[in-house]
Amino acid sequence: MTAPLHEPTAEAAPSAAEEAAVAGAEAKAVQGRSLGRIAWERLKRDKLALSGGIVVLLLIVVAILAPLITSLYGQDPNEFHEDLIDPLFGTPTGSLGGMSGEHWLGVEPVNGRDIFARIVHGARISLLVGFLSAIVAVIIGTVLGVLAGFFGGWVDALISRVMDGLLAFPQLLFIIALVSVMPDSMLGLSGTGVRLLMMILVIGFFGWPYIGRVVRGQTLSMREREYVEAARSLGAGRFYILFKELLPNLVAPIIVYTTMMIPTNILTEAALSFLGVGVKPPTSSWGQMLSSAIDYYKSDPMYMVIPGVAIFITVLAFNLFGDGVRDALDPKGSR
Amino acid sequence: MTTQRTSGRRKQALAAAAVVAALLTTAACGGGGDDSNGGSKNGAPGFDAANNKVAQASAAKKGGTLKFASTQDADSWDTTRGYYGFMWNFSRYYSRQLVTNKTEPGKAGAEVTPDLATGLAKVSDDGKTYTYTLRDGITWEDGKPITSKDVKYGIERVWAQDVLSGGPTYLKEVLDPKDEYQGPYKDKSKDKLGLKAIETPDDKTIVFHLPEPNSDFEEMLALTSASPVRQDKDTKSKYGLRPFSSGPYKFESYNPGKDLTLVRNTEWKQESDPVRKAYPDKITIKFFSNANDLDARLVAGDYDLDLAQTGLSPQGRTTALKEHKENLDNPVSGYIRYATFAQNVKPFDNIHCRKAMLFGADHVSLQTARGGPVAGGDIGTNMLPPSVPGSEGQKYDPYGMAGENKKGNVEKAKEELKACGKPDGFKSKIAVRNNKPVEVATAESMQASLKKVGIDLEIEQYDGSQYASVVGSPSNVAKKGYGVIIMGWGPDFPSVQGYGLPLWHSDYILESANNNFALIKDKEIDGLFADYLTELDDAGKAKIATEINHKVMEGAYYLPFVFEKFINWRSDNLANVYTTDGYSGMYDFVNLGLKNPKK
Repeated sequence: MTAPLHEPTAEAAPSAAEEAAVAGAEAKAVQGRSLGRIAWERLKRDKLALSGGIVVLLLIVVAILAPLITSLYGQDPNEFHEDLIDPLFGTPTGSLGGMSGEHWLGVEPVNGRDIFARIVHGARISLLVGFLSAIVAVIIGTVLGVLAGFFGGWVDALISRVMDGLLAFPQLLFIIALVSVMPDSMLGLSGTGVRLLMMILVIGFFGWPYIGRVVRGQTLSMREREYVEAARSLGAGRFYILFKELLPNLVAPIIVYTTMMIPTNILTEAALSFLGVGVKPPTSSWGQMLSSAIDYYKSDPMYMVIPGVAIFITVLAFNLFGDGVRDALDPKGSR
Repeated sequence: MTTQRTSGRRKQALAAAAVVAALLTTAACGGGGDDSNGGSKNGAPGFDAANNKVAQASAAKKGGTLKFASTQDADSWDTTRGYYGFMWNFSRYYSRQLVTNKTEPGKAGAEVTPDLATGLAKVSDDGKTYTYTLRDGITWEDGKPITSKDVKYGIERVWAQDVLSGGPTYLKEVLDPKDEYQGPYKDKSKDKLGLKAIETPDDKTIVFHLPEPNSDFEEMLALTSASPVRQDKDTKSKYGLRPFSSGPYKFESYNPGKDLTLVRNTEWKQESDPVRKAYPDKITIKFFSNANDLDARLVAGDYDLDLAQTGLSPQGRTTALKEHKENLDNPVSGYIRYATFAQNVKPFDNIHCRKAMLFGADHVSLQTARGGPVAGGDIGTNMLPPSVPGSEGQKYDPYGMAGENKKGNVEKAKEELKACGKPDGFKSKIAVRNNKPVEVATAESMQASLKKVGIDLEIEQYDGSQYASVVGSPSNVAKKGYGVIIMGWGPDFPSVQGYGLPLWHSDYILESANNNFALIKDKEIDGLFADYLTELDDAGKAKIATEINHKVMEGAYYLPFVFEKFINWRSDNLANVYTTDGYSGMYDFVNLGLKNPKK
């Protein structure tokens, strides 16, 4: 008996977002298109967002294929080339930080490691930390946010206070303190592995309240909607409503927030590496490169420019893409 | 979800892009923009003109303000408590000792010469008794004469380590090895002069009785910690804020971490002081928080020299070398920078594994990491600094570090690994201070070159200010597995005792603040140190120092990187400038003068 009645309600759910489109000029285009398809159509029209997306994709490919790229390119990220360093000043001998056909972006001061190879390998660290910590934050944030919004009462009060507390927590200082008491090896990992795992967990842990608050707010507003009322009056259980009625409608804000959170996490990782609590040498990371470039900002400015530009492009691309996704999924808000 | 800000956010991002782009262009311009005004003919005597020789001695005029700048304040200006090299050097402005370092360039600057005393010690009783007579006309800043009791009281303060910690304690260890005297603040006698090892039969005579002879005792009396202090002016732990002057200058004002001003002590008489010339009227120190800022102000001519004398930062160094070479000196600092192997971490208990490290490392790469041949120093080949009598410099190179193996010898390293029973190499950790980028760079260099012989080193950075409890604790080193420890060391006074005793003697293995990281327990080395203490002849002392150095190197406990050099700045206006081995290659502050006192 519930089956036929259910069909239209399930359709009604995405229609919340579609209403705007229906009300708009493109009313006739609505038939037979899913939410995802509509969003994709809108995204395609947004040139800035699209280019951001392409850069993001490219970065992911580069990060995954980093060892292959550097071996084709013919330079190891950790190999010293001291013959390219001026022993008097410690800076690369060539112009523009030693850029050449062999070393496209020049070499590092003092040890002459290839900057292009180190940037490519550094992308792995940045993206790995950026993505995985976002996933950790999204999982915790969604689960707790939905619980708080849906159940309300003391559950909501408790979770909301925890979120407030975490938002007020000085996370950067906490992480720096954590590094000094952290064991050298855990869960079968050691060295850089431990540092990475810790950064992912900690950045993710401190990131979840942001997404948790949004999810909670959305859940609060949606649980009183007609289609939820309808499902409830038809005798649907709590978990049915949670998973079948509410979660699908939360997907859009969650995706948007995830794309916004990744660049923030990348910056946090860079900041931690900059402060010397990130990955261990010789593993390269953009933040660590920036940090060591400080001593050479005048004598070898390219060394500081390159990782700076890499971080900048990555964060900008993610932000533009994230904005585009938001516009595409939730056109009502932006217009 | 509030999406009101969406468009605003994008604008922000683009605006940020514009700002960053602008910053990048300016940064890029900053690199080569100011090359045009190089090589100014400003009267500076030329590159290395004051290194181990006196530059422009006759140009020094009386008067003017000598301006120091520094990123670092002294640990304390209290003569008993200071341990920083620049504090010892600077303290000669306001304190005198029985004997002090000669005010001469280079090696001669490390020899002692009479100051408050009329001559060097009359040594008797097989090197156990030292007698001095004080000069006439020596006075405190209030005009009262300096007596032998003031000298004794000043030395007694070294015993009060509970109140006056921080300074060197050689005098206490040599004069009172059983730790019987409680220090002047707990002294029951009326005049607080209860220390039995020092006698003051009259105001002009002071006699030291050593339980055991020590051939470096007079060097110890030349340390700042042997300065006289007057009992009624002793403010105990606050004395460092305003020491009472016995020298040509006295404190006018001192704001810790901000500035310090010395003015002429009008009671000091030139004829009572054979050492100090006292050219300027006023001496100031301005403290900075940013090393790059300080270097820029030095180059601009706002200050005369860096107080800390640890060399320009990489940034300022490059500018100065390119544009103002005539204002620079490149002295040897007396420090050796090195890695040491902790024998309580396997496999470094095996000499062959240690030798594999010495052969496998790329010494040229390590030198580059330290700053290259000029700013870093010559490749270190043994463990005795060039300023210490008995050193042979690069002539003694048992592992060919500056010779045939300077780029690393993979074959020899592998042979040693085989002999060690680790033909495929091994894993260990390098402990390095996180506040020393140059040390991290040397660690990365070791990591890269030793990887080629199969030695896999992981770099552990620790809080540099905690070194006494991190690498200074052998049990912590064993627990953490820090097989390789990167450190540097310079002599307190230029002798093998002043340099190597805490590093190599088995008695100096401590549970915390240990400096014998390698845990060297060699009866021969201990025996040689014992011989050294009773050897009063200079040539004999040097010979023993050489032997100790050889024994240490034969044990392969150390991988020296460089015999450190600095690039130090002197302004155009400085005259009578020279570096001295007495203060580890620093300029000798006390006799600096100005060419133009009005500037």
